[in-house]
Amino acid sequence: MTKKERKSLIKIIIAMILLIMVSILPVNDIVKLGLYIITYLIVGYDVVWKAIKNLFTGQVFDEHFLMSLATIGAFATGEYLEAVLVMLLYQIGELFQSYAVGKSRRQITELMDIRPDYANIEQDGKLVKVAPEEVSLGDEIVVKPGEKIPLDGIVKDGESMLDTSALTGESVPRKAKINDTVLSGCINKTGILKIEVTKEFSESTASKILDLVENASTKKAKTENFITKFARYYTPIVVVLALCLAFLPPIFIRDLTVLDCVKRSMTFLVISCPCALVISVPLGFFGGIGGASRQGILIKGSNYLEALSNTKTIIFDKTGTLTEGKFQVVKTESKDKDKLLEIAVLAESFSSHPIALAIREKAKKQLDQKRIKNVKEVAGKGITAKIDGKEVYVGNIKLLTDHKIECPEVSDIGTIIYVALEKEFLGYIVIADKVKENAKETLEELKHKNHITTTVMLTGDKKEIASSIAKEVGVDKVYSELLPQDKVDKLEMILKDQVGENKVAFVGDGINDAPVLTRADVGIAMGALGSDAAIEASDVVIMDDDISKINDAINLSQRTIRIVKQNIYFAIGIKVFFLILGALGVANMMEAVFADVGVSVIAILNSMRALNVKK
Amino acid sequence: MKKVFKLEDLDCAACAAKMEDAIKKVKGVQVVSVNFVTQRLKLELDEENYDTIIKEIKKVCKKVEPDCTILD
Repeated sequence: MTKKERKSLIKIIIAMILLIMVSILPVNDIVKLGLYIITYLIVGYDVVWKAIKNLFTGQVFDEHFLMSLATIGAFATGEYLEAVLVMLLYQIGELFQSYAVGKSRRQITELMDIRPDYANIEQDGKLVKVAPEEVSLGDEIVVKPGEKIPLDGIVKDGESMLDTSALTGESVPRKAKINDTVLSGCINKTGILKIEVTKEFSESTASKILDLVENASTKKAKTENFITKFARYYTPIVVVLALCLAFLPPIFIRDLTVLDCVKRSMTFLVISCPCALVISVPLGFFGGIGGASRQGILIKGSNYLEALSNTKTIIFDKTGTLTEGKFQVVKTESKDKDKLLEIAVLAESFSSHPIALAIREKAKKQLDQKRIKNVKEVAGKGITAKIDGKEVYVGNIKLLTDHKIECPEVSDIGTIIYVALEKEFLGYIVIADKVKENAKETLEELKHKNHITTTVMLTGDKKEIASSIAKEVGVDKVYSELLPQDKVDKLEMILKDQVGENKVAFVGDGINDAPVLTRADVGIAMGALGSDAAIEASDVVIMDDDISKINDAINLSQRTIRIVKQNIYFAIGIKVFFLILGALGVANMMEAVFADVGVSVIAILNSMRALNVKK
Repeated sequence: MKKVFKLEDLDCAACAAKMEDAIKKVKGVQVVSVNFVTQRLKLELDEENYDTIIKEIKKVCKKVEPDCTILD
């Protein structure tokens, strides 16, 4: 509770006690009136005072003015108790609303609190806490278990497990050892780390992400802009209606006095305050953005959140998005597989080619490199060498045919490495980029649960490879053998085919598809943690490379928009209903205040649901 | 120069928009954004006359939103 809220609470309690006293004490009417006025002033003087002040600064018709007018009007017509009660109720409502907003704010900001408070620096053999802003490049900082890493850097000493969940939403801790790059915002779990700082505080990951999320609300969604516009026209219309209500009916209907109608029109004005909308809509959007950041999904503005919820077509880049983006041995074929692999590993043991790395990773063991002699790399073909004195050939089909070794035709998709020993074909290894484990599932879910109508894959890769992967994950359309600029053309083509509000999202790793990312309605970069270029070019950033997060992001956007719309319909609906009741003289002022405050609080509570994400 | 202030008792998004509009009109202010949820005022200002600009900003804010205070 802030100071203002506490003061207001005390006032409300005193006023309540006074009101109870007035109703039970046997005093005459003049004393009663005096007590009512005192109570009214205690609970409402600031409202009246503000109304008067606002009149002088030219801000007529704000809620303070409405409340003052309505309650003083009630006093004038002799309804003292109602006047005091309305003011009291209004203040209780304001207090409740302010508390709810404060609580929501705290929840959101706590959620995003990855800002480190301090850094430990060694000075004269002692650890000193300094502000992260004061640490400069190349300084060595010490991070103890349980502390946040304050700045990006390289581990110089120590080993530990890091909790990266604040950045990635991933709850499995990551290992950090000497020479590893570590990012600010992670929490050190187990060991002491000495880190050499490689980025200043303002350039560090934590600052950048925080900046991004905090500024997200400046890019407003259409729905949000609608609310601002709505408020602009709404107030004058309501005031004109209220004036009509006060003075027109008595002319036409004989039974109604002007006094009655003025009362009704004041009730009408009290109901009309659009607080519920104005507060709950931005809170809802921000809640959604905050909830997403909790899952390692950064959405750069409410406008993108809205576009994401209207996405009907998703275009995927192949490498690194649908696939792992690294070569792996997917198949070995031979009578003696162990021997095949052993020869391949030995022959490739001096190479740094991605294929060599894939083969070595598969074998997982170090072999005695002294067994291998006369290694010769034949460019574009493979390797010839002597292992244990025997001639071996490891490479593509050209290498073997060049040496007149007979070998069978292989139809597997991927890069095929043939192995021959002493002019005799031994077997082959298939190396390919593997499809991500949950890619197929994710795509199915996108279509069945999230109303995505078309999925498309773009790739620069060869046609056979592209279509085999497309089949495996189940995308609707494939465009292969594309140069980077062709990708933009294809996207333009798809964009042209869209009707109405339907949006197109592009998912890539942000490395060489920046133009496509920027051109799409929603550019989603994956695995972007630590890559500034990808974060820069995209509208939605998924920190790790878990493809199922796309589902989460779309789910969450649709849910947030749903909540925001609920609030809009609910608030406007209830308002209009009570406005009619007020105009007809059915609802009195107390009910009016109750409706106003009630709608606001319910809408605020509802918008906080946007913050809740499944974990 | 860039400057960020914390705000207290910023009660509604409409008030935030009102403040933003008012501050925009202060001479020497280049960029202004008032964030309702994080209760922050972000400013880009001319270097010279810094103190007078800030004073003016505080004055216009008091006028449109008497409740809300800019914390230093």
